[in-house]
Amino acid sequence: MATTAQSRIKSVSYAKYGYIFILPFFIVYSIFSLWPLIQTFILAFHSNGARTDLDFVGLENFKTILATPAENDFKAMGIHETFWRYMKNTVIIWVGNFIPQIALSLLLAVWFTDLRVKMPGKGFFKVVMYMPNIITAASVAGLFLSLFGDSSYSVINMLRGCSDPAKNVEPLKIISSVWGARILVMFIQVWMWFGNTMIMLMSGIQGINESLFEAAEIDGANSRQTFWKITFPLLKTIMVYTLLTSMIGGLQMFDIPFMLHTGNVINENIATVAVFVYQMFHANFAKPSFGYSAAASVILFIITSILGALVFWVQRDKDAMEKAKKRRQAIKEAKRRAKGGGFTI
Amino acid sequence: MSKRITYDDGKGGYQTKVLVKSALIYLALIALTLMCLIPIWILVVNATRAHTDIISKVSLIPSTHLFDNMRTLKENKLYNTFFNPLRGMLNSLIIAGGCCALTVFFSGLTAYGLVVYDFKLKGPAFVFILAVMMVPTQVTAVGFMNLLIKMKLLDSYIPLIVPSIAAPAIVFFMRQYMLSSFPLDIIEAARIDGSNEFRTFLTISIPMMKPAFAVQAIFAFIQKWNDYYTQSIVLVSGKKNQLTMPMMVQKVISIDRSPDSGANYTAIFLSIIPVVVIYVVLSKFIIGGVAAGGVKE
Repeated sequence: MATTAQSRIKSVSYAKYGYIFILPFFIVYSIFSLWPLIQTFILAFHSNGARTDLDFVGLENFKTILATPAENDFKAMGIHETFWRYMKNTVIIWVGNFIPQIALSLLLAVWFTDLRVKMPGKGFFKVVMYMPNIITAASVAGLFLSLFGDSSYSVINMLRGCSDPAKNVEPLKIISSVWGARILVMFIQVWMWFGNTMIMLMSGIQGINESLFEAAEIDGANSRQTFWKITFPLLKTIMVYTLLTSMIGGLQMFDIPFMLHTGNVINENIATVAVFVYQMFHANFAKPSFGYSAAASVILFIITSILGALVFWVQRDKDAMEKAKKRRQAIKEAKRRAKGGGFTI
Repeated sequence: MSKRITYDDGKGGYQTKVLVKSALIYLALIALTLMCLIPIWILVVNATRAHTDIISKVSLIPSTHLFDNMRTLKENKLYNTFFNPLRGMLNSLIIAGGCCALTVFFSGLTAYGLVVYDFKLKGPAFVFILAVMMVPTQVTAVGFMNLLIKMKLLDSYIPLIVPSIAAPAIVFFMRQYMLSSFPLDIIEAARIDGSNEFRTFLTISIPMMKPAFAVQAIFAFIQKWNDYYTQSIVLVSGKKNQLTMPMMVQKVISIDRSPDSGANYTAIFLSIIPVVVIYVVLSKFIIGGVAAGGVKE
């Protein structure tokens, strides 16, 4: 029997509090994220230059960026070439950082979760390996510039003896060489992110039913067999998830490629698409190219959306979907039968 | 955990094999640990050495010139026109601290609204939050800049702090946490006792959600402290008393042919101290938080 107080409470609708509680989020999101997103799409179809007189230009910006412009249009040519060079850098650096990173992280995650390996100090190793991830990217860039910089006094060049004039050793110019700089950026990205990926994969492995590993051990499986027959297949979903989120993150790679240089000139061999977007609207602040920047952003957005859709598709609950499908079919079947039954009688 | 099974069939011995394997893994782990720590150690060491020592040989032993280097940073015109570590830390602290407080409180509030109440737009609201979680900052940057110009908010801390009220990923995390470990009966009980809805949230829900709030607060703080991208968009004129720590460091490293390596190292060293201290003290929560983010239901 409900008391009067209880039935009174049940009769009160609290729905309005739901709206009140989520309202601040939606107001602020609309102003500072949703509206800018819409603005970006609008700007992508408008001209560049001073901010007050932007004209609608249709797909012009996209054409300039993506398709080869006319031979004599040097400005458009420059923008077109810069975009593609930066896109190429983005892909190269992403691939070159993701493959070693995932391999290393997976290996470490398997080691850390292996029941058979006795390992004191696990916690310490995890803490140390995650640490590079929390250090400010600007500081990391500065640190690696002083370690691997072009000058004779960077740590790597001093170890080769460049600081000693008597030895007369040419300094190694990693930052200004094309592949040297790229490989260094890849290394820094791995250095900063492998701990993070490792911990994510570890929690994935720990989610696998432990009895499977024990059964394998009893059946005499060695580590390699356990990995390829149990861990890897069951980890596939989380791996694909890591792959796609890492691709989305890779498209946004900005800080290290933007800052790994001395002086004020961006290093063209490692600059990414995110740097392109930033440069177009920010670097030349007096006369920004909002249109090109926005168009490149829209291209980024489309790629990200496709990857994001893939993430959802990979993560969908297959069992639940199968069940829902079966349920729908059963209902259909029952309805059909009920109808058909009517006819046969 | 089950008892370890051993096969001692005389051929090499299972135990020996495990021992050898453990030793090899240990060596690899030590190598990786060194890879993570040596760059940072060199930074710390060189921050304490004088310029002349640094350019004469590499060393892994700290010296005593830390305060001399700090004085150079303070007195040399090349640095002190933009580098002021105390001011930078204060500015970063204001931004990161403000963001952290707002983001945790309002994400908690939003998640609470989505979990506790039933209303028509609950489903669509959640789907919206899920959908926008993946939108990269870079994509909104141009529009954001345009908005700031129109609203005359450039060179202000408002657009750095206020937007963190809306953090989709944190709302998502908190919602999952509440669904799994927040007893809704207690809200009924509070209502019967005459508590209004906001008071219930403030005095009952927040204390019960402390672990989730703590983890998200740490992450938000570190992420906002390190967020060079947004800061450099908003603080476009780079006024000295507005610069944050990452922006100051960026200016230090872009000095061409720095006259004093010791001062450079010290500047970078000063910039990483706050986050590293926070990390070392709270590493347990942080690692746990990363792992929790990786487990998907």
